[in-house]
Amino acid sequence: MLKIKEYVKVKDLEEAYLLNQKKTACVLGGMVWLKMGNRNISTAIDLSGLDLDMIEETEEEFRIGAMTSLRTLETHKGLDGYTQGAVKESLRHIVGVQFRNCATVGGSIFGRYGFSDVLTMFLAMDSYVELYKGGIVPLEDFAKKKPDRDILVRVIVKKRPIKTVYLSQRNSSTDFPVLTCCVGLFADGEARAVVGACPQRAGLVQDEQGILKDFCSKDLKAQEQAAVSFAQYAKERVKTGGNMRASKEYRSHLVGVLVKRALLAAGGMDNGN
Amino acid sequence: MEIKFWLNGEKTQIQAEPDALLLDVLRSLGCYSVKRGCETANCGLCTVLMEERPVLSCSMLAARAEGKHVVTLEGMQEEAKEFGDFLAGEGAEQCGFCNPGFIMNVFAMLKELEDPSEEEIHEYLAGNLCRCSGFMGQTRSILKFLQYKKEGGAQK
Repeated sequence: MLKIKEYVKVKDLEEAYLLNQKKTACVLGGMVWLKMGNRNISTAIDLSGLDLDMIEETEEEFRIGAMTSLRTLETHKGLDGYTQGAVKESLRHIVGVQFRNCATVGGSIFGRYGFSDVLTMFLAMDSYVELYKGGIVPLEDFAKKKPDRDILVRVIVKKRPIKTVYLSQRNSSTDFPVLTCCVGLFADGEARAVVGACPQRAGLVQDEQGILKDFCSKDLKAQEQAAVSFAQYAKERVKTGGNMRASKEYRSHLVGVLVKRALLAAGGMDNGN
Repeated sequence: MEIKFWLNGEKTQIQAEPDALLLDVLRSLGCYSVKRGCETANCGLCTVLMEERPVLSCSMLAARAEGKHVVTLEGMQEEAKEFGDFLAGEGAEQCGFCNPGFIMNVFAMLKELEDPSEEEIHEYLAGNLCRCSGFMGQTRSILKFLQYKKEGGAQK
């Protein structure tokens, strides 16, 4: 059972940071994951009084407070439009509305959970995290690091024009994903493919052979060829593992299937697909 | 620690441990409709409304209810009876254990979604598990209830 000795609803980020320097302290997110463990927490730090439960949208970016619930994220019209529904798709399969009203963006991103649909989705966009001490860091770098004692304040998404498609495979509806995949095709030519729940945490599939170069400007046939060959490349490159939900081999198979599907769906968006 | 909040419209003040979960506090206050059906934040039986939003009270620290309005099925008896008749009418009720959490989420849905489609209903209620049935009776009862409300509901 989760044990908490002291609960502090902090007045500012400095207070949260100072309290969090103790190894037994813990910043609370939505607690849906945390409460299932057996941790002994000396000080539970609650950021919910700092107005971080909202999304600010400007001309250039979305600024998503760490305490924003997954449900708020899911129902945000600006993000929905910017990602052609991909953000909603990445969230709607997570347990249920009640769960997503509790779970927070900060909790999901800071925890760098292997199963995180949220991390998979954000990695495909031009995303950054704002840390209280560490400043603004690309999400890709942050996702690779181990959790430290800093405080995650916001997730920032730059509005670089993009076409995104999110796909996940689940053994049953509302369960943890067996594999997650998100493709982001930027208008400036950059293509990103992210695979998560391998069951290890999500990461970008680096296109070192330039298979996806100029993907968007290719005709449908050439796109299909590139998607097939990148899917094969991703399948060979992404390290997968087995657990109670799926074997390593099944996951590797899914990497190929989902990456290809997502690429074709994103690439075909302009053609009305 | 001391926690003050509104429970079913009444100002409530309690003493609770820092790690007390809202679910246990609500039950200690006599709200036995709120139940723990799983240990994995999956079943939806513990659903209550906090500031009109459905949340899992099994995962919510009681401390976080400070200053908030919490509503359980005990606070919605009239509405529950009205909708409960539709559930019973469609034979959706079997053991009834999951029912309170389900009804609370139905109320949240009716508040949040305008004229939901069957697909939207299923998606909104996916976090409420029923182990007796296949959710067909529940779906029928909601669709009939929506129709009844559209036609003027209680006024008729």
